[in-house]
Amino acid sequence: MGKTPLYETHISLGAKMIDFGGWIMPVQYSGIIREHNKVRESAGIFDVSHMGEILITGPDSAHFTDFLITNSLIGIKPGDVIYSPMCYQNGGCVDDVLIYCLSEKNYLLAVNASNIQKDYDWITANSEHFDVKVENISELYAQIAVQGPRAQKILSEITDVNLDSIGFFKSNVSMEIGGVRAMVSRTGYTGEDGFEIYTASDDAPKLFKEILETGSDRIVPCGLGARDTLRFESCLPLYGHELSNKISPLQAGLKVFIKFGEIDYIGKKALEEEISCGIKKRITGFEMIDKGIARNGYSVFTKDGEEIGYVTSGSICPSLSKTMGLALLNADYIKSGNEILIGIRNKKVRAITVKKPFYKKKYRKREE
Amino acid sequence: MPSKNLKYSKDHEWVRVDGDIAVIGITNYAQLQLGDIVYVELPEVGVTVERDEVVCAVESVKTAADIITPISGEVVEANVDLDDGPELINDDSFAAWIMKIQISDMSEIDNLMDEAEYADFCENED
Repeated sequence: MGKTPLYETHISLGAKMIDFGGWIMPVQYSGIIREHNKVRESAGIFDVSHMGEILITGPDSAHFTDFLITNSLIGIKPGDVIYSPMCYQNGGCVDDVLIYCLSEKNYLLAVNASNIQKDYDWITANSEHFDVKVENISELYAQIAVQGPRAQKILSEITDVNLDSIGFFKSNVSMEIGGVRAMVSRTGYTGEDGFEIYTASDDAPKLFKEILETGSDRIVPCGLGARDTLRFESCLPLYGHELSNKISPLQAGLKVFIKFGEIDYIGKKALEEEISCGIKKRITGFEMIDKGIARNGYSVFTKDGEEIGYVTSGSICPSLSKTMGLALLNADYIKSGNEILIGIRNKKVRAITVKKPFYKKKYRKREE
Repeated sequence: MPSKNLKYSKDHEWVRVDGDIAVIGITNYAQLQLGDIVYVELPEVGVTVERDEVVCAVESVKTAADIITPISGEVVEANVDLDDGPELINDDSFAAWIMKIQISDMSEIDNLMDEAEYADFCENED
């Protein structure tokens, strides 16, 4: 099982460790709800070093990266970060990734932990006609996320760089923070303002400790449990749940991350066809009316008992005091206010479709 | 706190025998494994259950855990306090009982572990 450079740190902090897609990771330290609330109110620090990093360099790197992803690289400058699905020819998703423009000919893809090898193989296999070099550098880098309304204040105490200079979805590709060299971006997966920090694996324990000590009672270490409830409330998709090789970005509601026009990319034909034929299934939000938690894979029915889809994620929402879910539903039923039934164990319990996101994101977007 | 009078199942339930009634809850080990408990699906009062049958469920943020009865009999009471206070199990899992079963076969009690046996059992689970 994979261990991140912060494994010993987690153990010493008393984390409860679990197997997560082949990685031994902290699921919680002090409790998922407490950690969740701290991120919404103040700040939390997450080890996300299990995430992968794939570097694409060479004369064709921009052109090739643009060919891989559904979002557009046009106009991207060093320091810019974009989010994008990466599709198969048939429109299903290989993964969803962040693309960091390090320089004109250097692009770093931050990819999901369980997809590292699959993504690397896919990218390499498609690189044949491009003059590029593709490297899996996941082992070299640790990734630490610091999220929440006080994230910037805490980090500003351990760096001389003015963090206001890093806008939303921008990065400083090489700066000093907490006595180590790192790339810092204003990105995250919680629906709050915050940063993701990439640093050499060897430097990660020092940086993690520095942030925790500086943050003191303003910050808590958070595990994957809180990471999931935070992203869920904000309706940020999780690969394998709201996006997969069988769920296209259009079905996931990610049309805004798909480029239209002349530029060719993998999956273009399938996605354009899906639009012209009408998107048949969509990820839909719902709120539980009856008690119970709708979990991944549970069936969804109409009031008349007709099966219309399945749950992709479901949880209590600590910030809303409600129990919500996301489901891939037949497009006829996605309008808000539809009463649906969720099959939980041997019962069918009532829920109602609602708008996404459940929690309004509190990103700090700078006026340019 | 656990008491010497409690018996334990391999599914991490505690059983307190009170005459012909078995009071059943989940152990501290179980609540620690589950984490924040957010919903308890209580059993229906009046139903007859067989040993090893899934009777109800306890749900934490991360997961749903079946409650498997270690005792056969009729469910005579469910702890309705858990409807609005599922976290009572996290607070004190030995106080927050889940259900009471009228025992139909007293010999089933003998299959359960005592405290020392259960402690050994948990050690091997880790």
